[in-house]
Amino acid sequence: MSDKPLISVKGLSVHFEVGKGVMSRKTILKAVNNINLDIPKGSFFGLVGESGSGKTTLGRAMLQAAPISEGSITFDDGDGPLDIASLRKQALKGYRKKAQLIFQDPYAALSPRMTVRDIIAEPLEVMKITKTRAETDNRVREIAAMCRLNVEHLRRFPHAFSGGQRQRISIARALVASPSFLVADESVAALDVSIQADILNLLKSLQKELGLTFLFISHDLSVVAHSCDHVAVMYLGRLVETAPTRTLFNTPLHPYTRALLSAVPSLDPDDRGKGEKLTGEIPSPINPPPGCKFHTRCRFAQDKCKVDEPQLRKLGDEHFVSCHFAEELAGK
Amino acid sequence: MSVPLIDVQNLNIQFHTGEGLITAVDDVSFRLNPGEILGIVGESGSGKSVTAKALMQLNAGNAVIGEKTKLLLHHQGAQIDIAKLRKPKELLIARGGAISMIFQEPMASFAPAITIGAQMVEQLRIHAKMTKAEAKAISIDMLNRVGISEAPKRFDQYAFELSGGMRQRAMIAMALSTNPALLIADEPTTALDVTIQAQVIDLMKDLVRDFGMAIIFITHDLGVIAQTADRVAVMYLGRIVETGPVRDVIRNPQHPYTIGLLNALPKLDNLDAPLTPVPGDIPSPLERPLGCVFNTRCPQVIAGRCEGNVPQLHNLTDDHAVACFAKEPVPA
Repeated sequence: MSDKPLISVKGLSVHFEVGKGVMSRKTILKAVNNINLDIPKGSFFGLVGESGSGKTTLGRAMLQAAPISEGSITFDDGDGPLDIASLRKQALKGYRKKAQLIFQDPYAALSPRMTVRDIIAEPLEVMKITKTRAETDNRVREIAAMCRLNVEHLRRFPHAFSGGQRQRISIARALVASPSFLVADESVAALDVSIQADILNLLKSLQKELGLTFLFISHDLSVVAHSCDHVAVMYLGRLVETAPTRTLFNTPLHPYTRALLSAVPSLDPDDRGKGEKLTGEIPSPINPPPGCKFHTRCRFAQDKCKVDEPQLRKLGDEHFVSCHFAEELAGK
Repeated sequence: MSVPLIDVQNLNIQFHTGEGLITAVDDVSFRLNPGEILGIVGESGSGKSVTAKALMQLNAGNAVIGEKTKLLLHHQGAQIDIAKLRKPKELLIARGGAISMIFQEPMASFAPAITIGAQMVEQLRIHAKMTKAEAKAISIDMLNRVGISEAPKRFDQYAFELSGGMRQRAMIAMALSTNPALLIADEPTTALDVTIQAQVIDLMKDLVRDFGMAIIFITHDLGVIAQTADRVAVMYLGRIVETGPVRDVIRNPQHPYTIGLLNALPKLDNLDAPLTPVPGDIPSPLERPLGCVFNTRCPQVIAGRCEGNVPQLHNLTDDHAVACFAKEPVPA
């Protein structure tokens, strides 16, 4: 892992206009607000949060698939830095070869009318990466074998495959153009546990083999803990904590991270009723509370939290937290 | 031995499909005592939902129940075989009378164009023969009990106006308002965020304590089972492969499939443990393995034994039973 980040996010906001009607005033949904984040080259970077936290929007912004309202995202794989927000036409097409998305639902992501070979080959043809059909076929077979797909089955249609095999097809399609950066959005969430471990292991081995950088978006903390080397936690469009995985799971500092960790059902039947329980629900991002966005559910909230929004502060080696009282809470 | 609330004997369910008759549930038997929480855990295709739906005769019209099947319900001094009920009026006892069900996706379970309150009142009037005013009072009281704020206001709202967690609470309130003896919960927390899942699990445990009903809790999540159930049944391809008290099964799993599931599960308290997938894929229901249903993926398969013979559940201790030839006591 080199010191220079592959992706550098500075002051990023993504705002959507919603409910714009003839009579109603337009309202702004701030899906992602003022985020600063570096993704080191060669890392398996986890992004966790509950629904409505903005994790998917942040991942999409990095692929220029969500409108960037403020701030910047810089991508630098050594061929010169790219400013993602300003990429247009040819430059954007060039970036699409470098950055790809793996979807959540392998049942919805694959066209039922295309053979597996055509599904995997499509990016090569659309981006005109291969010149001849033979070249395309070779590349498809190569990537299919790498994703542990049976090459004999390439002429079949997706319906003949199980969920785990379909997800391997999606991964092969995302990798066929040799990208260096992959956004995996809930890519194992729809899979059964016995298959989920297989896909996680596959993603990890591909990452090592091909030197890829992953942004791994997930709501499942146990999965993130086992696969990622860095983790960022989001709440209501803000980054609340980011740290190397061990640090985050061993010494979580933000009250939200702590509550999230203790909400994961433990496999130990004697742990029942233990842990801090959060009350209430995540507020609407259309009308977020003032001050710290988490204060409405935080059991440590004080007056300052209701008016003053905390910024991400460095509290340890690569450990950043946005909480006014993180130091005082550390031992509690 | 006390009379069980539910006594399922030799449950067999097959479905007529365009591709032939497929077996969804194969010779499943279990008992459930009043006030007990039974967890049924399994992956997609294991038959866990089909088993539960059979108790309310909710499976689709192409389902065929085996001739030897008995679904005995002991309720208010009477014994009823649910499998024999035919007339809509008789079925009311299984559909909301003695048994209620909550589903995974609360948005899909409420009618979108009828208020929450009207739906609650309707079912109370069917099952409990009360006036509209009485039914409304009970409904609002139930909404309060499940922790919904401003219950009278929510009573007049539609399902889309409630958040996911609120909807699931309303669903629980509706299911419990007729005071059933058995609640079937089919993946009730799967669609919810972890912090909301923790709240709903706590709520369900409180309600069991207050109302004294029994619960069949269906989930793919062993952590949720560990935190809720008294006993657990592990299902694979339509058969119960292991059953016992939740502590025994999770701490001392015996069936190779249960062991495989636990090894595949990422655990937060041991980040160093590698994730070991269960080898292979779940076979398609059209290609049901002969012999032990797990023999195609089993690391402990006994050649010549498991492929031809079906192992029956046998007791290891008083309550802990496993269906596996590799775990049978060696004849002396």
